Amino acid sequence: MTLSSVNDVTIKIGTVNGTGSASANGLLMKAIFRMGIPVVGKNYFPSNIQGLPTWYEIRVTGDGHMARTERIDLVIAMNVQTYEEDMAAVRPGGWLIYDSTWPRSRLLNRDDIHVFGVPLSRICNEHFDTVRARILMKNIAYVGVVAALLEIDLEVIKALLGETFASKKHLIESNLEAIMLGYNYATENFQCPLPVRVEKMGKTAGHIIVDGNTAAGLGCVYAGATVGAWYPITPSTSLMDAYKGFCREYREDEDGNKSYCIVQAEDELAAIGVVLGAAWNGARAFTPTSGPGISLMNEFIGFAYYAEVPAVIFDVQRTGPSTGMPTRTQQCDLISCAYASHGDTKHVLLFPANPEECFYSAPQAFDLADRLQTPVMVLSDLDVGMNDWMCPDLKWDENYEPDRGKVLSAEELEGMEKFYRYLDVDGDGIPYRTLPGVHPKGAYFTRGSGHTKYGAYTEDAEAYQEVIDRLLVKWETARTLVPEAEIEYSKFNKVGILTIGSCDGAVKEAMSKLSDKNINLNYCRARAFPFTDAIRDFIDKHERIYVVEQNRDAQLRTLLMLDIDADPDKLVSMLHYNGLPISADFVIERVLEEAAKGQAA
Amino acid sequence: MSYIAKPKVTHPKMPRNKLGLTVRDYEGGVSTLCAGCGHDSITAAIIQAVFELGIEPHKLAKMSGIGCSSKTPAYFVSQSHGFNSVHGRMASVTTGGNAANHDLTYIGVSGDGDSLSIGMGQFAHVIRRNLNMCYIIENNGVYGLTKGQYSASADVGSVAKKAQPNRQMPIDPVSTAIGLGATYIARGFSGDKQQLVPLIKGALMHQGFALLDVISPCVTFNDNEGSTKSYAHTRQHFHHVIDADYIAPSEEIVAAYDEGEAMPIQMHDGSKIVFRKVNEDYDPTSRAAAFSFLRDSVNHGEIITGLLYIDESTGDMHSDASTVETPLSQVPYADLNPGSEKLAALMDRYR
Repeated sequence: MTLSSVNDVTIKIGTVNGTGSASANGLLMKAIFRMGIPVVGKNYFPSNIQGLPTWYEIRVTGDGHMARTERIDLVIAMNVQTYEEDMAAVRPGGWLIYDSTWPRSRLLNRDDIHVFGVPLSRICNEHFDTVRARILMKNIAYVGVVAALLEIDLEVIKALLGETFASKKHLIESNLEAIMLGYNYATENFQCPLPVRVEKMGKTAGHIIVDGNTAAGLGCVYAGATVGAWYPITPSTSLMDAYKGFCREYREDEDGNKSYCIVQAEDELAAIGVVLGAAWNGARAFTPTSGPGISLMNEFIGFAYYAEVPAVIFDVQRTGPSTGMPTRTQQCDLISCAYASHGDTKHVLLFPANPEECFYSAPQAFDLADRLQTPVMVLSDLDVGMNDWMCPDLKWDENYEPDRGKVLSAEELEGMEKFYRYLDVDGDGIPYRTLPGVHPKGAYFTRGSGHTKYGAYTEDAEAYQEVIDRLLVKWETARTLVPEAEIEYSKFNKVGILTIGSCDGAVKEAMSKLSDKNINLNYCRARAFPFTDAIRDFIDKHERIYVVEQNRDAQLRTLLMLDIDADPDKLVSMLHYNGLPISADFVIERVLEEAAKGQAA
Repeated sequence: MSYIAKPKVTHPKMPRNKLGLTVRDYEGGVSTLCAGCGHDSITAAIIQAVFELGIEPHKLAKMSGIGCSSKTPAYFVSQSHGFNSVHGRMASVTTGGNAANHDLTYIGVSGDGDSLSIGMGQFAHVIRRNLNMCYIIENNGVYGLTKGQYSASADVGSVAKKAQPNRQMPIDPVSTAIGLGATYIARGFSGDKQQLVPLIKGALMHQGFALLDVISPCVTFNDNEGSTKSYAHTRQHFHHVIDADYIAPSEEIVAAYDEGEAMPIQMHDGSKIVFRKVNEDYDPTSRAAAFSFLRDSVNHGEIITGLLYIDESTGDMHSDASTVETPLSQVPYADLNPGSEKLAALMDRYR
């Protein structure tokens, strides 16, 4: 059997980390993207700097799907340590390319795939002098092999090399030489192109390839954030790196004066403390982190909820519990973020589904935090945060003005008889706040201890309860302010599918493929917590709801039950939590299973 | 109780500062601490210092953590914003506050538990950042609010009320701060207001991290015989190694100092600190000398007080970060937003 397709191929590349393979894989993916063909890139990397196995998957998807697929057509096995499993990953009818420099005494084989040996090490050793160059160029050389096999436009690759190494011209030549070594070997020894190949399309105009952390960091710059505090943690580190990089570009004057301040704190306890101090003082402040950081920040998150201090936290979720698998993805912090800290607390969460939404979620989060005077957490995950996604160009609305919420000016304070910090003047549960240094009448004491609606310390039962109850009014206001869910109805369907965040692509692809099998589902993707009324309606209008999420304990389903009293009997969980991004294949399989159960009953 | 307002009667002839305010304008709520608590004396010294400096009350930010000491910001300058944060985390909140607005004067009040146990990490790192703030540790060697457990500053062999002698080595905030690079380090005693007020004034005006360790006896749990943090023990063993006068920019040096005895140091705002050496060998501008003098004094069982170290040349967090002159919280959004055109141009980098 031989596979055959145009612009529908998935390539998996197995290499050793720290050998320059990231540049090679990026080059390959960008070249295909520049041919106008939609691509999905997934990086599976170890929690390590050099020497361990790492994989990169490039899904070429002319249909424009957004998720990963479990069907691998072509494997480039550059790492002897993982050769066996890499060979096993190829689907029947597919191809395995390996470095045939050294003969293998016990070469594994499969009858149902095509195995191509390319002596990459040998040809690079013959052409390059230094050890480092030989290692790096071996990885660039496989780009040439794949280009020949799939018929990727060499001119596009050349143009990309020229841009990448614009400041180091000598590298253009050596990289191109390596690519041509691989390219020529493939055309001379194999039937090129393969029956699976790529062909120019026009589907990527107006699109970019970007990861969610870069987009979120950029979003923080556009949202007007001036103070960023953090403690380095995978997979959120690149968010602060991006913020810093864009600030250097856009927030420094000719003399190097910076209109931003980044504090690399001693731990996450301090990082969130810095954010609260800055936000209390009127700056837009944020911290990027991941699950372990959220655990450490809990005490301050509860403080900010009760003392009503704005804060923006990006939780780029990784696989838990505990240290878990730091370089694998999950949506496992939903409950720990929703109810972070001791006592009665609950928090506004946003669930961006892709890098584009990461960008726009930054101004949304700051606006909500300022408006609601409370912490807002943006829950992306490693898949969204660190993988390269194709998405529409990011755009900025010139009319955007930050919503700084109910902050009293010096003039307003001057005209007031007396200011009280926690009075619900407008009936929406949101009190007025003042900033230090603005006016003597605005002074108040910010505290996490029991306080009255006037801001004074209290141990009085009624005065305490009045404030705590008012926070519930604010919670209902939050419900009306958070971004609306993405909902697609066709009224005849009795079954709906409800999900969040990075499951979006996999679920949509599954729905389109299931509808070919005549299984039609309505779609709802929650974009925020608390859940909006539209989500409640969606659940009410269906007999069954498949709840798709990436954690073991059905945390989204639990939140639906806790926050909007959703009927647990209706909610059928579909849980993917092995650390790899969810695929459409998984969703289809689970839906078919449930559909079969339904028919049997 | 702190929410009971003090009667506000001002004598017409009360001295007024450069803002025309009297010391009464710098008071806060009534203290709820035990009668005779050293912390209340420190509160009085803070009020006096802030009044004398003529700081606008709403331009002062009062920061604290948790504990008896951390309650005290409610007892001074009620027209200032206060941030009573969580236990041991005042330093990070102040870092953020200062990052957002460096125009305010930051005074942090902490205790030995809040700073040297649960908050040791933040205490160490705020020093490393040379954050421009006055950080006061009201040091009594015990946890008061939880009824008398030893804190990390309790000396070996010291005995608190109803307890076995402490056996663990103490953490001395002063030598810790010298080691970590603090740029203004002083120690005082709550029972010596005359010495304390200028130390607080200097700390508030210092452009960088100023640590003020103040021995402040806990009358309820640690003022007994055998305690090294009692009034009696402190009075017997403390001595001024060096005295310091704070001289505002507008004032002339009027006191008569003998040559060789006085040592004026110019501060950032033009004010001066004039050291009066009690001990001739002491050099408050040498970190190494201060450290070794301190070690010797500990070995002799002495509690040395005064302005022990000062460095006016090292930049604070903002100078390290090269932030703009306008406080970040006040930079207009138009100056922060790169605009839609730049975003459109940026997109090409991602194709």
